[in-house]
Amino acid sequence: MNFGFSDDQQAIKRTAREFLSARYPLATVRKLAEDDRGFTDDQWRELVELGWAGVIIPDDQGGLGLGAIELVVIAEEMGYALAPSPWFSTTCAALMLATAGTEEQRARWLEPMASGEARGTLAVWDERSGWAPDHSEVELASDGTLTATKIAVPDAASADFVIVAGADGRHFLHNVSDPGITLVAEPGIDPTRKLFRVELDKAAAEPLEHAPDEITRAYATIVTLLAAENVGAAQRAMEMAVAYAKDRTQFDRPIGSYQAVSHRCAQMLLEVEGARSLSYWAGWALDNEPETGPRAASMAKAYAGDAGFRVAASALQVHGGIGFTYEHDLHFFLKRAHANAHAFGDSRWHRDRVADLAGV
Amino acid sequence: MDLTLSPAEEAFRDELREWLAANNPGREPAGDEAAFQFRLAWQRKLNDAGWAGVSWPKEYGGRGATLVEQAIFNEEVVRARTPSVANVLALAMGGPTVIAHGTEEQRKRFLPPILSGDEIWCQGFSEPGAGSDLASLKTRAVRNGDEWVVTGQKVWTTFAHHAKWCMLVARTDPEAPKHKGLTYFLMDMEQDAVQVRPLRQITGESEFNELFIEEARIPDENIIGAEGEGWGVAITTLMHERATLAFGLQVSVQIALGELIESAHETRGENGRVATEDPVVRQHLAQLLIESEVLRLNAYRGLSAIMRSGVPGPEGSLGKWHWSEVNQSLTEVAMEIAGPRAMLADDNWTYRFLRSRANSIEGGTTEILKNIVAERVLGLPRMR
Repeated sequence: MNFGFSDDQQAIKRTAREFLSARYPLATVRKLAEDDRGFTDDQWRELVELGWAGVIIPDDQGGLGLGAIELVVIAEEMGYALAPSPWFSTTCAALMLATAGTEEQRARWLEPMASGEARGTLAVWDERSGWAPDHSEVELASDGTLTATKIAVPDAASADFVIVAGADGRHFLHNVSDPGITLVAEPGIDPTRKLFRVELDKAAAEPLEHAPDEITRAYATIVTLLAAENVGAAQRAMEMAVAYAKDRTQFDRPIGSYQAVSHRCAQMLLEVEGARSLSYWAGWALDNEPETGPRAASMAKAYAGDAGFRVAASALQVHGGIGFTYEHDLHFFLKRAHANAHAFGDSRWHRDRVADLAGV
Repeated sequence: MDLTLSPAEEAFRDELREWLAANNPGREPAGDEAAFQFRLAWQRKLNDAGWAGVSWPKEYGGRGATLVEQAIFNEEVVRARTPSVANVLALAMGGPTVIAHGTEEQRKRFLPPILSGDEIWCQGFSEPGAGSDLASLKTRAVRNGDEWVVTGQKVWTTFAHHAKWCMLVARTDPEAPKHKGLTYFLMDMEQDAVQVRPLRQITGESEFNELFIEEARIPDENIIGAEGEGWGVAITTLMHERATLAFGLQVSVQIALGELIESAHETRGENGRVATEDPVVRQHLAQLLIESEVLRLNAYRGLSAIMRSGVPGPEGSLGKWHWSEVNQSLTEVAMEIAGPRAMLADDNWTYRFLRSRANSIEGGTTEILKNIVAERVLGLPRMR
């Protein structure tokens, strides 16, 4: 029994913290948030050199051949730095391909993904159907094409291919440059992740394997990464609030000496640590205890979705008026935590799933 | 990261499970005295088989097991629904304090009768005027030759009427700053100068007592630590109270939640639907499942941090506070599911519901625990 990271995992965490804090100071994050593309080729190249483009891609295809827990370690640090990057979206695509891609699809895409030459993304939500990962009503037409509008697709304009979710848990791969595919930038609440509307008009579709269990596992890993990102974002927001509460003086005392403020900060710690324990556990379970993985992932997503937003909102309250200004950096964390809470099933949906899986 | 048990830990658990299956005496009888005798018999049985002081050193009658094994033990006895032990305060707090701060003679004198249950302990910390601000306590101890004469009043003293020894914090130097003038004693309860009066609580039971102390005598050799250093010793006791109980507490929450979900399947809510089909009830039950998982994971994370670095991580200071919230909300959801039956007193959830109100007060109020987290973990300025 050891609920702590191995030496290798600690090394990844340390490297990620040092690298991201050196390369993504908040001034850089702000600049990228205001940029249409949201990252540069050089920035992507640096992540590729660290091996992060291929964390779960097998080593014989140029990846690191690691698991969900290593992804969790990186995602937490990405959330802490709030580094804008297509890393999350292409990792989603890699998870889908690695678990449910056909042999041909895996052979075609995984190696160039690991080497950083290709990127993918995942298009989940229809314009009008439900918000859960499996609510799509999009059906394959008899001529093998898809006609659909997908919303809030991350980094679609800088991806080479998009995996589109259809009805009954079926998924389809499209080259973004294929005829019949139009991308329209959609302003997101969180400007550090670029979102697009993907319009498919009789676009030729390449089905992935119909493998519900594998796809469930891929989605469980994706929601665990969002939970881990929220742990990092909430940790950062809490640190900002605590630093401000020590520094800011009102009525001749630092505001952190008032219990109305200090107890708020203590509550932040309770929620950050709870979210952290759950997301580490989910990462571990996805790799080591497959029967527990989906339950752990939904617990982590529900708790970290709520905690991420609440902690950031509470940190904003501690900052008072300055926290409401665009000039202050706190709002970027609030917006990411909020967006993550609503991506891939919100807390309510994941709690209902926890209830199902526990036999309630 | 490895959240499975090692082969040695698994062997420990299996041996324990087998022993518990063969020896668990089952439910306690009704009535305070009968229940106490039942718990005492159970503790003696545990001790005879070497299960009483699981992580205590072997030379004082313990098993010398690791902290993980102690945690496994605490989980398994709750899972097997064994009775409580009679000497719970000495096992969880008093013994560890003597191990940490006592002299070799004190360890040899006090530890074995704790394990055997021959000497029951109680805790004399809180006073009518000193609750959260424990260091302001007024019970006075005055030196008289090689003994001390103690006068004062203590409150919330569990098991006082069965106890041989009281962990007593008293003021020995009224001139010193309030944290510095305290001394930690072991007071013999078997003297006329100590009068015990039961306190009736909102559940109708009397778990707790008041102590009236009028010139009680304590020999010098019963000081734990040194004269004037009682505050630090008392903190050790409180840390153990908050930390070692965590494993058993989180398992009790999981068991209670399992029972609640079972009963929810058989209860119709106010809209006529089975409670588990009510989407709001489902959300509340799921949130409890998640929070109780957090309790379990934080307990293990805290333990791993202690084994790695010798000190608990930040999550260690959260456990008791978080547990009290989860346990209270569990009983509130039980009342929500009970609907109109929540007005009626039953012999199960009514007690748990009322008893849980004390969870955020006993062993450190939530407000004090938040102060500790804010000041010691987050480094925020002290409120004074």
